[in-house]
Amino acid sequence: MTGDAGTSGTRAAAPAVLTRAGLDELIAVLVAEGYRVIGPTKSDGEIVLAELSSGAQLPAGWGADSGPGWYRLRRRDDEAVFGHSAGSQSWKQFLHPPRRPLWSADGATFVPAREEPARYAFLGVRACDLAAIATLDTVLGGGRAHQDGSFARRRPGLFVVAAGCTEPGGVCFCASMGTGPRPGPGYDLALTERTGAGGHRFVAEVGSAAGERVLAAVTHRGASPDEAADASAAVDAAAARMGRQMPAVDLRDLLASSRESPAWEDVAQRCLTCGNCTMVCPTCFCTTAEDSTDLAGRAERSQRWASCFELDFSYLHGGSVRASGASRYRQWMTHKLSSWYDQFGGSGCVGCGRCIAWCPVGIDITAEASLLAQLRDAAEQAGEDDPQ
Amino acid sequence: MTGPRPLDGFPVLARLTAAQRAAVAATAREESFPAETVLFTESQPAAGCWLIRDGHVALATPVPGRGLLAVHTLGPGDVLGWSWLVPPCCWRYTATTASPVSAARLDTARLRALADADPALGYPLALGLLEAVARRLQSTRSRLLDLYGSPRER
Amino acid sequence: MSAEAGPATTARPGVPPAGEPMVPAAYRVARRTAETHDCVSLRLEPAGPAGPRFRPGQFTMLSRPGVGEVAISVSGDPAAGDGSLTQTIRDVGAVSRALCRSRPGDLIGVRGPFGTSWGLETTAGRDLVIVAGGVGLAPLRPAVLGALADRGAYRRVIVVVGARSPAEFLFREQLDAWTATPGLEVELTIDRPDSAWTGPVGFVTEPLARLDLEPARTTALLCGPEPMLRFAADVLLGQGMAAADIRVSLERNMQCGIGLCGHCQLGPLLLCRDGPIVDYARARPLLAIREL
Repeated sequence: MTGDAGTSGTRAAAPAVLTRAGLDELIAVLVAEGYRVIGPTKSDGEIVLAELSSGAQLPAGWGADSGPGWYRLRRRDDEAVFGHSAGSQSWKQFLHPPRRPLWSADGATFVPAREEPARYAFLGVRACDLAAIATLDTVLGGGRAHQDGSFARRRPGLFVVAAGCTEPGGVCFCASMGTGPRPGPGYDLALTERTGAGGHRFVAEVGSAAGERVLAAVTHRGASPDEAADASAAVDAAAARMGRQMPAVDLRDLLASSRESPAWEDVAQRCLTCGNCTMVCPTCFCTTAEDSTDLAGRAERSQRWASCFELDFSYLHGGSVRASGASRYRQWMTHKLSSWYDQFGGSGCVGCGRCIAWCPVGIDITAEASLLAQLRDAAEQAGEDDPQ
Repeated sequence: MTGPRPLDGFPVLARLTAAQRAAVAATAREESFPAETVLFTESQPAAGCWLIRDGHVALATPVPGRGLLAVHTLGPGDVLGWSWLVPPCCWRYTATTASPVSAARLDTARLRALADADPALGYPLALGLLEAVARRLQSTRSRLLDLYGSPRER
Repeated sequence: MSAEAGPATTARPGVPPAGEPMVPAAYRVARRTAETHDCVSLRLEPAGPAGPRFRPGQFTMLSRPGVGEVAISVSGDPAAGDGSLTQTIRDVGAVSRALCRSRPGDLIGVRGPFGTSWGLETTAGRDLVIVAGGVGLAPLRPAVLGALADRGAYRRVIVVVGARSPAEFLFREQLDAWTATPGLEVELTIDRPDSAWTGPVGFVTEPLARLDLEPARTTALLCGPEPMLRFAADVLLGQGMAAADIRVSLERNMQCGIGLCGHCQLGPLLLCRDGPIVDYARARPLLAIREL
């Protein structure tokens, strides 16, 4: 570990300002340093994370609207490149690949799979996604008895350029999860994009020594106190414009005490157990291992993303422990908001809202949490009214 | 065969007061048997019950082609025989000692008379028997689940 | 600039490289013993250096290359000290069948041992009640052997074993030897009537209920099908034992064995890491919830 993405808050340097051309320079500098720069692009009617060779590939002028079960791009009246809320993909696919080979066996030994070495630079990581990367760290990464080998190789070399969120989407609720809209610690550089009066510019904050070094190689100037304040205010204002919010209760406690709630049968009437939510969630990490052989007798084992909504995810003794849709939805939501604390020390949800937009039937985790809270209150009230 | 011994420690009598237990003990006679002694035979009129102190008793029924099959084994602390209380009051199985057994045999005719005369004794006695039978039912249902069976068999 | 770790190489044969907990170590089948019609014990020996010693109750992830990998409890003597692993497998699926059919010399991948143990070291001076149902005897055998190896450390050592029929007891010869061992109280019982059996017939809870225990001085170790664990624990709780003194071995779908794949969750517990041995005070409320 060299202290790349991960140290922050100690840099007291004043904010800087990059122009739009400066952003292109930043990308070029990172590419020249050997990073694979991943950032947003517009493709197939949505914002897709892809490898950038230049800033020309950014989705300039595209915004996004979203709601339960839908997400649509719209043309903006400016050329903002970060003016959209999260697309279906998250950064986890680069740190925790959807498929990865584990080993092969030739009859005598087990040979670990070779992995292409790669150093990633993520450009435009919103606060929610930055929190998700930190969450994946506690699950897959350093400090644990066993680390995921792939994550352990990719995480230390990661360079993160965060984006301060000024335009939350209709499904966003990072503010009520305490993860945004201001990016938390863990970035090397954080950019807050401003358009309009004063020109298209990015107010940049340094979060690490690596970020400081990279910024020094890019044309920039110091930000005026007004510019810095304006950028900061825009991010703060976003907190008040979230599309939705979690109920103001202790979610960990609510979910832990709701295992027999009638809410699960209710959501099961709607949930298709398709698993979309787990695929788009930036912190879902479950995997399943698979084996294959070739005619020459070589065996291989690989790992792929799995979902607790899969019917055989909990297969045991000839059947699945969680056969009903209600039990599987309960597992997902309880794990995400409650058992995650027991297992990893914090919440698994970062409030990005992807699960809401990409649910084909528009199930809203914040609405389900509110329902659970209401049902619990009603049950408590009934207990008080009729003490046995 | 020896004189009356206390009947403390048998779950079936646990709900009785010490005085009630002593009354029951007055109907008891200590008995010992070597292994393979038949204590009662299926379909015979049922009289008497045994509170097992030591050893095991197998309840069995004959199955053509499979011999006399033990369906249940009782051991120390268990009450052997409740058919005397439940119509048609005939033994439902054949009871054979599987080992040397010592037990307190209760005179169930006198016990019924005691219970009829004093429901305050009869009721807890009946509850104790119900509990013993319920535990055996629970155990039998567990065996029906075939929990040790392989998923391949299903 | 941090250097990306170079491409992983084939480290010393039989030993997975550091940081690659998903890559098995190579072991060979040294001996295969048929225990029952569908259970086999394999004695595995490492192709390279011995792995970490196992503690009674732990499991390893065993793989047959090309078929798959499953979690199997270690069933051998914890004091063996020769680096070998004895594991007892029941043929219930494709992978376990392949393991059961493996022959001496076959390559088996081993990862682990993983998980919590029976914790014998915390039961010194107490009475041990060990209750096994069916193949649940496999992860309990190391506990019995461990207790026998240090017999003076415990007061009573009671072993209650239930099986469906006489032919389905695991380690039958060893059970019979234990029955004749002074200082060990052994009760065997079968579920299904069998004309060749002169021993007790009844569910495993029945000899358990007849034990005269001092609950405050007793620790119980239970392994078997989950309903059997609940019923047996109920009997012990009814006799005055504290739930925290009852330890159960729990099972769920396992893929990685190291807390990274999410499959083995039981509520807040990751059974590969917080189990498989869990105390009943923690387990009881979780086992009471359907489809948790």
